[in-house]
Amino acid sequence: MLQFSFWDILSNLLIATQWTIVLSLIAFFCGGIVGLVLLFMRTSRIAPLAWFTKIYIEFFQGTPLLMQLFLFFFGIALFGVEVSPWTAATLALTFWTSAFLTEIWRGCVESIPKGQWEASSSLALSYIEQMRYVILPQASRIAIAPTVGFSVQVIKGTALASIIGFVELTKAGTMLNNATFRPFLVYSLVALIYFCLCFPLSWWAKKIEGRLNVAR
Amino acid sequence: MSLVSIRDVRKSFGANEVLKGVSLDIAKGDVVAIIGRSGSGKSTLLRCINGLETYQSGSITADGIEVAGANTNLRELRRHVGMVFQQFNLFPHLTAAENVMLAPTVVNKVSKAEARATAAEVLAKVGLSEKMDAYPSELSGGQQQRVAIARSLAMRPKVLLCDEITSALDPELVNEVLRVVEQLAREGMTLILVTHEMRFARDVGTKLVFMHHGKVHEEGVPKEVFAAPRTPELQQFVGQVG
Repeated sequence: MLQFSFWDILSNLLIATQWTIVLSLIAFFCGGIVGLVLLFMRTSRIAPLAWFTKIYIEFFQGTPLLMQLFLFFFGIALFGVEVSPWTAATLALTFWTSAFLTEIWRGCVESIPKGQWEASSSLALSYIEQMRYVILPQASRIAIAPTVGFSVQVIKGTALASIIGFVELTKAGTMLNNATFRPFLVYSLVALIYFCLCFPLSWWAKKIEGRLNVAR
Repeated sequence: MSLVSIRDVRKSFGANEVLKGVSLDIAKGDVVAIIGRSGSGKSTLLRCINGLETYQSGSITADGIEVAGANTNLRELRRHVGMVFQQFNLFPHLTAAENVMLAPTVVNKVSKAEARATAAEVLAKVGLSEKMDAYPSELSGGQQQRVAIARSLAMRPKVLLCDEITSALDPELVNEVLRVVEQLAREGMTLILVTHEMRFARDVGTKLVFMHHGKVHEEGVPKEVFAAPRTPELQQFVGQVG
């Protein structure tokens, strides 16, 4: 039987960690782009757009991420399209992330005083122009800390992709455990690696938040 | 033809009717001072003129454009109707010059250089040439309000709406703003001011409008109206604030 040393386990986990990082980055950036589009729709005065976004957000916030992964993985296959775990995980995590980011950012947009909207309206700016030149430059400063904070949730969320067979950190841990029968060691290492990814982000988010509070 | 024409405008917030059939005609070059107690509907009326508030019935036309018309392009209307607010509402992330340049560059598609030249001109007019690159947080209230006036002027409005523009200022800063408005009036700018500055209304205004309970209760030439208010409500109001 093949023997795994501590270093074998660790190096295999670290290799799989790359995929956790890649999936997190893609989910975060694609989710961010979709989230920004949704933000414009959610805060617009066109009622059907705002309603669609509201329902979208309720769905992705109100159902478990795991169910969403299943729906993308098995659901799309029903239409005869073969979906790889990679595609399903990317899609589900992107939509899930976008729903939360839209809500976080909506709060930031709504914290901008009404007078900023009125003044820019009175200067004949359109809604898109108001957002682009007046509201978002101010809201984005407030948004940095909670957005960075949420990125931690995205990293941890990628662990669920292991269940549909995507080989990232958690899945690699499960496979190594099956081969070595040393669950405590393997999962301790897995948890430690997640912590090393997440802790700097949450520390940074707290730091930014503190700095913004001082500025007021 | 009047520049701004208001016909029997009615407006309610829920069950509370704040404008109960207001009619007013404002000609080019008029300086209209609207006075009245808080809650008399004067600010709401002003905000209806550039479409910041909607109204339920009646009509308002500004520069020939029906404000609440089904096909009205509010953007076109607002290019010609400027507004200055009680709370200044400067954009805090932009310098004074950038505040002034924003609408000309974004809405009128004027080049940066040309917009900067306009900004220099209008900021000079309000006496803030040396503050072009200051951020709003670095300016006093009076200076901020003068930047806000300059920001409106940069769009070359045909009429300027001023909503209690000195009410949020410390007393010693009120005059620097009023002097700027007086200068504009002398140059022939059409102004509609909601104000509590009675002396200013009397000395600079060409028309006085006293609003009471959502209606124009009394109107006329300011000096005459102040000298001999006809209604007991205005007599009482002038007695209290005068």
